[in-house]
Amino acid sequence: MTDTPSPRAAPKKKKAATRKATKPAFDPRIVVFACNWCSYAGADTAGVSRIQHQPHFRMIRVMCSGRIQPAFVLRAFEKGADGVLVSGCHFGDCHYIFGNERAVEQFEKTMKVVKLLGIEEGRLRLEWISAAEGARFAEVIDEFTDQVRAIGPSPFALRDAIEEIEVPNTDTGAEMEA
Amino acid sequence: MQQLVRDTNAWACYDCGKCTATCPVARVGGLLSPRRHVLTANLGEETDPSRDDTLSSCLTCGLCETRCPAEVSYTGLVRRLREAAFDAKIEPECPHGGALQSVMRMMAKGGTQQDRLGWLTDGLKTDPKEGEVFLWTGCTGYYDAFFPEFDMKTVEGTKATVRILNHLGITPVVSPEERCCGHDLLWNGDRESFEALARHNVELVRASEAWMVVTPCAECARTWKIDYEPFFEGRVPQVVHLTELLEERFDDLRLKANGMNRVTYQDPCRLCRHMGVHEAPRKVLEAIPGIELEEMASSRHRAACCAGGTWGNCDRFAKRIQIDRLREARATGAEVLVTACPKCQIHFRCAMKDPNFGSEISIEMLDVAEVVASALV
Repeated sequence: MTDTPSPRAAPKKKKAATRKATKPAFDPRIVVFACNWCSYAGADTAGVSRIQHQPHFRMIRVMCSGRIQPAFVLRAFEKGADGVLVSGCHFGDCHYIFGNERAVEQFEKTMKVVKLLGIEEGRLRLEWISAAEGARFAEVIDEFTDQVRAIGPSPFALRDAIEEIEVPNTDTGAEMEA
Repeated sequence: MQQLVRDTNAWACYDCGKCTATCPVARVGGLLSPRRHVLTANLGEETDPSRDDTLSSCLTCGLCETRCPAEVSYTGLVRRLREAAFDAKIEPECPHGGALQSVMRMMAKGGTQQDRLGWLTDGLKTDPKEGEVFLWTGCTGYYDAFFPEFDMKTVEGTKATVRILNHLGITPVVSPEERCCGHDLLWNGDRESFEALARHNVELVRASEAWMVVTPCAECARTWKIDYEPFFEGRVPQVVHLTELLEERFDDLRLKANGMNRVTYQDPCRLCRHMGVHEAPRKVLEAIPGIELEEMASSRHRAACCAGGTWGNCDRFAKRIQIDRLREARATGAEVLVTACPKCQIHFRCAMKDPNFGSEISIEMLDVAEVVASALV
């Protein structure tokens, strides 16, 4: 990581230092999928407004929460994520009109598979966060981090493979990058 | 590479091209050419076909092998080449974003208590730990959860299997500790995860003291019978597909009419070509009073497969193969398309969702276990 933080990353890093001082027993590794138009901007708002929240998450921005198919979440768990948060625009606010309705369908499917696999339900969560709700973003992150911390480390976690979480390579994914 | 060529008999290829001429993918316009892969494998390292894009489009259905006069094991070659590609970190572009592979790899890692026996209702007699016959249920519960849009219940086939076994006086072992058999990962090239699953599963069956493994899934049957062989130590259990068991215990089956008249049967590639079982399911179906079995234009070892066997491949060519096959099924005039593998159901049902062809190719689909269970006295 660089030592020259962007204005947005600054509060998170600062927070990381303070958390380290208190030494919690276990810092979960959480993957947050956020849509470009609402939730990612909501995280931005939280950062710009300097709202303190726990720093144990890595954010993956997608254009729309409807894009977050089971493969993304399952891959995150496979690679050792302790929790996965899926977030998007509130109903009626979706930039693509109905993308978040698709997100709910995908999420329900994912949840079923996650339960079958025996992964605790509490490790997976769906939240709607708008661009203005910086405080809510921080609140959700804090709450979810504590919840996952209480459940404990993921059985699939490889402690030394922190940065290994990746988005699977699919056709649509490649197009999106291009 | 030389070893590979020897092991798969590729050196015996005399370049006749029957494989590519038979290949269902090549027939509908796919770029896959088994002949080219065998040839380039023969030429050695410089032309290593494991880096070929079309390698992942092979269905491993084995149709080319039935026609090959030189007895080259093309599916064996593809599997080994995919393993080489996987080791070189070339991952196939799996359909569904690789979600099913993730599920399988998580099972390979283990550490969680799966909730896979939700379908097991009170009327079904099973034993969670020990018994003479182990029922290998397969991953039907996962498929039903993952494909809600197909309105299918592949798990009904698993339930029907328990009912049939109970009817034959068998109380099978159904274990919550069962994991994926690893078939798909093996054929995708992920040998390491496959071996982890194989060791766990073989140990599970060994501990149950079962002398027989029965499964209603064609892929599980192939994997248990052929690919698990090196993992067994000591006593090797007998592995049979459900239809093989039904043929063996044919005289104990008491069947009545179940209201079905004309049915047709789809040969799963794993069952008919990899294992050579094609008469057993037909014998059982024809024994049900009232059922007339209509054969499709191509059947038994010539049957086209569902084009999605290993979750490693799905493209327009696969769709084309499925649509053509369903047209054949409709042409028989049958009401029900019966199959012996849950994946056939998934992939054909997916093809039926095509808005352009849906009405032409839609047909009721059932597992052979469901048909037999509904005809039990």
